[in-house]
Amino acid sequence: MEALDGNAIGGLLLEVFGAEMTAARGVCASCGAAGPVAETVVYLQAPGTVVRCRSCTSVLMVMVDVRGIRCVDLRGVTELEP
Amino acid sequence: MRTIVLDTPVWPGHRAGQHLDVRLTAEDGYRAEREYSIASAPSEPVAITVERLDDGEVSPYLTEELRRGDEIELRGPIGGYFVWDPEDDSPLLLVAGGSGIVPLRAMLRHRRRSESDVPVRLLYSARSLADVIYRAELDEPADGIEVAYTLTREQPPGWTGYARRVDQELLEEIAWPAEDGALAFVCGPTSFVEAVANGLVELGYPPARVKTERFGATGS
Repeated sequence: MEALDGNAIGGLLLEVFGAEMTAARGVCASCGAAGPVAETVVYLQAPGTVVRCRSCTSVLMVMVDVRGIRCVDLRGVTELEP
Repeated sequence: MRTIVLDTPVWPGHRAGQHLDVRLTAEDGYRAEREYSIASAPSEPVAITVERLDDGEVSPYLTEELRRGDEIELRGPIGGYFVWDPEDDSPLLLVAGGSGIVPLRAMLRHRRRSESDVPVRLLYSARSLADVIYRAELDEPADGIEVAYTLTREQPPGWTGYARRVDQELLEEIAWPAEDGALAFVCGPTSFVEAVANGLVELGYPPARVKTERFGATGS
């Protein structure tokens, strides 16, 4: 599956956070790399949406819809500033 | 390829480079959602340019079925990173692969309508001349805009433009020198964007001045 980038989940993040997040600065919990969400590596149907660090490839965020409930795992990011 | 102008009764206004999501719901409740870059300047009606993908769920409908007056569900505008604002007066470098030209076209139109005079260089990679979108307007660019095409698969007889995939030499030839402090926007298929963005950083562009947007398949 081809990797996209954080621009591709702008709409999803808008739903989850209620704010524009592609320009938000995130910090990777694994390697400490900081950068805009737009520059992350995104897999859209992994299943669910998987967001990885462009520097170390660690998982930053996972968003999955399970039986109508949206589950959001943000354990891979230490900071996220819109 | 079809450009669709949308009448958006509730629209907060968009920025050049943003996209929107189109959501289609079938009679049985099945939903499909796709994002499309906005092709028009902020001061123009919202328009999207849709490429028909044979195995697509949304694009065949938008390119063939949709009629004037039909209603579709939209979400947007979306994105705040891959956007150009005329208040940034740095020279602009725009690099498009295939339909990656769409958000860059919005920037070009915005530049004209906002009477910005920032110098622009556009490098547009397409498979063939027939695949070049917006060719009529790109062939007559406003003052201060230089357009270069590279046709990667097929060139018409007598073609004098570039005829290869974007490589380092081509980038070096077209891109503003790093010391000019240019702002670059690169949009296209993932592998295209990675090659160009890495190439620009190699030429001395700070990574933060190279804004990228990758989308899935389709050629450059």
